[in-house]
Amino acid sequence: MSKPRTIVDKIWTDHVVSQDPGAPAVLAIDLHLVHEVTSPQAFSGLRARGIGVRRPTQTVATADHSIPTTDRSLPFLDQMAAAQVRQLEVNCAEFGIPLHGIGDPSQGIVHVIGPQLGLTQPGMTIVCGDSHTSTHGAFGALAFGIGTSEVEMVLATQTLLQRDPKTYEVRVDGRLTPGVSAKDVILALIARIGVGGGTGHVFEYTGEAIRGLTMEQRMTICNMSIEGGARAGLIAPDDTTFEYLHGRAHAPHGASWDAAVEGWRRLPTDAGATYDKSITIDADALEPMVTYGTNPGMGIPISGRVPSPRDQADPGQRRALEHALEYMDLRPGQPILGQKVDVVFVGSCTNGRISDLRLAASVLKDRHIADGVRLMVVPGSDEVKREAEREGLDQVFKAAGADWREAGCSMCIAMNGDQLRPGQYAVSTSNRNFEGRQGKGGRTFLASPLTAAASALAGVVADPRRLPGIETLAAVGGR
Amino acid sequence: MAEPFTVFRSRVLPLPAENVDTDQIVPARYLKVTDKAGLADALFRDWRYDEDGSLKEPRFVLDQPGMTGRRILLVGDNFGAGSSREHAAWALASWGVRAILSTSYADIFRSNSLKNGVLPIVVDPTTHARLFELLARDPDAELTVDLSEQGVLLPDGTTIDFDIDPFAKRMILAGTDELGYLLAKDAEISAWEAAHPPRINALTPAGQPTAG
Repeated sequence: MSKPRTIVDKIWTDHVVSQDPGAPAVLAIDLHLVHEVTSPQAFSGLRARGIGVRRPTQTVATADHSIPTTDRSLPFLDQMAAAQVRQLEVNCAEFGIPLHGIGDPSQGIVHVIGPQLGLTQPGMTIVCGDSHTSTHGAFGALAFGIGTSEVEMVLATQTLLQRDPKTYEVRVDGRLTPGVSAKDVILALIARIGVGGGTGHVFEYTGEAIRGLTMEQRMTICNMSIEGGARAGLIAPDDTTFEYLHGRAHAPHGASWDAAVEGWRRLPTDAGATYDKSITIDADALEPMVTYGTNPGMGIPISGRVPSPRDQADPGQRRALEHALEYMDLRPGQPILGQKVDVVFVGSCTNGRISDLRLAASVLKDRHIADGVRLMVVPGSDEVKREAEREGLDQVFKAAGADWREAGCSMCIAMNGDQLRPGQYAVSTSNRNFEGRQGKGGRTFLASPLTAAASALAGVVADPRRLPGIETLAAVGGR
Repeated sequence: MAEPFTVFRSRVLPLPAENVDTDQIVPARYLKVTDKAGLADALFRDWRYDEDGSLKEPRFVLDQPGMTGRRILLVGDNFGAGSSREHAAWALASWGVRAILSTSYADIFRSNSLKNGVLPIVVDPTTHARLFELLARDPDAELTVDLSEQGVLLPDGTTIDFDIDPFAKRMILAGTDELGYLLAKDAEISAWEAAHPPRINALTPAGQPTAG
């Protein structure tokens, strides 16, 4: 009998083209996603060498990072961003790569459109010059972010040089309670293991709580694997995965669908397989999480208090916490609930999907955001925007006083003019609270869409579990 | 590709901060470039400059007297966390950094550095603390980095040995890049492709309308 294997081992072995002694493996890549910010230098590299793109049919491009989320019929205000997007158009045309650019009905954040189009499938290797490529792991794919030199390698050879990763099981037992969501699970994990906890590893999320999540919730968790230091994080495919994929544009259909599902059912980790590391989280004990500091590991349950540097034994961590609290202008020991908020951002590849917007809208329906708060709702893709408008969510947001925008990365990375002013506080459904991430001098509290919407109503960091009817609100969302 | 890596001696840039993320190394607003040049000015931009573009006081380590030309960055745990932007490695290389000393690096950053001739050297926590102490005593202490021998020579004559992926070492020492290596694997890649039909065709949907 063969040795029990993890899903990571299986996908890895399926994709090793060759391996020289002492060298990393040449790993075949099934899907390469490309965007405007991390690709121009790679295309220049191809031109300099006089080589083409090996598999344009396994390469998909979109513009998401630096594009405005205001009226698309207007010209870009930012000439550098405009030039970068134009360069992507030129590159895709020259090298024969399909581009879902501005105006294309499939435009959107690269990690939202891959799954939406059915391009992201179980058992695949997927890469993109973007660290949140880990999102696609929700489908049981080995998906990870790469640098621009590696983008060039994949364009040229449809392979990468990789050492096989170590595995890290993150088992989430039990069930989430109303008001607690996938975002809170991943923030709780990172708060426990730290932002470097998963370095060198691939997370595999397992357990009852994970099995009970929808695909979009699973994407939220896998998305932030990188914030725990793991380049990739994945979830074994199951009926939830197949149901989501069935009928999507690039998913197999007819007889090939049945054959594909049969293969996908063999992917989950075998009983008895071992991981290099493991951790268990009790879902029932989780509260909504919120970050107070300047990295995603600086998170606490929402009813908690900001920790004190004096309680940190390690001098490096003490210094880091002091620095973070100074930047955030928060006092050790203060409750995070009730902290003033200037801006609320709902969107990003973490929480910009239709179910996230439904959750936020369910909280905001027939209510109005607090005076002085700016709420930006940015759909993750043009398709998400159209669906939200079909369901009337845009009307709910507008009536609540929110700014309803076009699809893109927007204030998650703040490259496009959507940004905080120095000193402002934001509750953000995005993935990074680094210094200046959402605008120079801006201060970010990472949280779930429910917490973000509750905070927009209150004008301060607020606990979504105190919202009337939270049991039914939390059931909103769908697949 | 970077120049071949030779033994070099340099004073050190000490930056005692942990989990320094790539948004600090190069803020996102500098990612709109379409080439690799000129990123030295963006390096640690928001730690170096005030809103009005003047240097912050007290000055950030890069802008203190005598720091120009230093080739070694000594920094806290988990350097390069966050985004995959290779601009971080380009900016460090462009400023002149050729080697980094830390206890750990984020995976993507480490990979990006190696491809740009910036050597991410891992030292154990005790050695790491000892290096910061050395720099506190003698801010102008010179270290010699020898990649072939995998050692960092200290002023007192002792050597810190370090590990590095042997393949990456070979690439950096020769100043060659991984793409050249992969392009030479064309026959193997073609054979693999022949045996593994592509799972998608991005130009042609499988035949059904997109589901909602």
